[in-house]
Amino acid sequence: MKKQKPDFFSAFHAWLEYGGSSLDREMTESLENKPETGTVESKNKPKSKKKTPPQNNPRRAYADAWWYRLLALAVAAAMIWLLAEAVARMPQFGNADTLADSELTEFYVEHTKEETGAMNIVTGIILDYRGFDTLGESHVLFIAVCTVLLMLSIYGEKDEETRLKRNEMERHFEPGDDVILQSAARLLTPLIFVYGIYIILNGHLSPGGGFSGGAVLGAGLILYQNAFGYEKIERFFTYKTFKWVSVCSLLFYSLAKGYHFFTGANHMDSHISTGVPGNILSGGLLLPLNFVVGCVVACTMYALFTMFRKGEF
Amino acid sequence: MEALNVILLLFMIVCAVAVALTKNLLAALITFMAQGLAMSVVWMLLEAPDLAITEAAVGAGVSSILMFAALKKIDAIREKGEADEETKA
Repeated sequence: MKKQKPDFFSAFHAWLEYGGSSLDREMTESLENKPETGTVESKNKPKSKKKTPPQNNPRRAYADAWWYRLLALAVAAAMIWLLAEAVARMPQFGNADTLADSELTEFYVEHTKEETGAMNIVTGIILDYRGFDTLGESHVLFIAVCTVLLMLSIYGEKDEETRLKRNEMERHFEPGDDVILQSAARLLTPLIFVYGIYIILNGHLSPGGGFSGGAVLGAGLILYQNAFGYEKIERFFTYKTFKWVSVCSLLFYSLAKGYHFFTGANHMDSHISTGVPGNILSGGLLLPLNFVVGCVVACTMYALFTMFRKGEF
Repeated sequence: MEALNVILLLFMIVCAVAVALTKNLLAALITFMAQGLAMSVVWMLLEAPDLAITEAAVGAGVSSILMFAALKKIDAIREKGEADEETKA
């Protein structure tokens, strides 16, 4: 490839112009290792036509420049130094004494069970003492789905006919009737679902909780969809289900946590008993909070997957 | 236990380097999944079962599946015959 004098602005313009399709092109290029012959169009899928990039793409020349490589090395070295420095300042690994003088750790270990009613201290911390953080995390997931919906949605297609055609096309390319996959899924999906629900409902007693259980449930949904197709899964899980479950769960979490914080901050009794630690119905708000977090995470995982697959529910 | 820990950590390092060096995106992704799985066992050995469950479900499971879907979208996964045809053309 002919080397061109790198120029930052032309490189930037090239990046802006071909940004959308460049990833695709470069991957094909690196796979086949041959000069550009324009974007490789797959025969079946309709694709938005992008301009064929010129032979001397300024962006590539820019990436070949010595100062670009030097800069990349410098950034990498700075990053490594920063992380190594942080690790060096951490308390020594595996030493039982390093945490003993930390007041907070001691407080958590001593008081969590009694104050929150959780046998699993981790759940007690993340859903009670640090409940606000977990609320933020759930919202981050929800916002991620909203963003993907905005960026990949085919609902934006103005022409109704184009939209239906694309939808049809995506459904056409879903995995066909694979006997091995279907037999395995028929066997595994119930087990995965039961295990996910167990992790969620038992979150305050044993390792696990809303997030991990929700991820397991989401993985189960994805497996089921891949094996049996959209029609089967749409009998019980559609866009409407996703919308209502997510919004109701987040609302419930916000209201319950808001009530808890309001009463706690004002030294009022919240009238939510923590029960006997160790019982399944104990821990006050922990069980319902775990449940709603699990719902949000499961819906989000499945929604992200199906958005990537076909652009809508 | 110590030996298992060392083996797993070495495996993870090898996987991490292999992911960066592999040209084939599909192979890189599967190596990434294997690394996530080893990571979840290491969490288990470090007595962090909460993290182990999350890592197995998210790190080795869902995030890899999402990346598979992304690879499919950008046509990086192709059947063998199809790829051959394109190299010829």
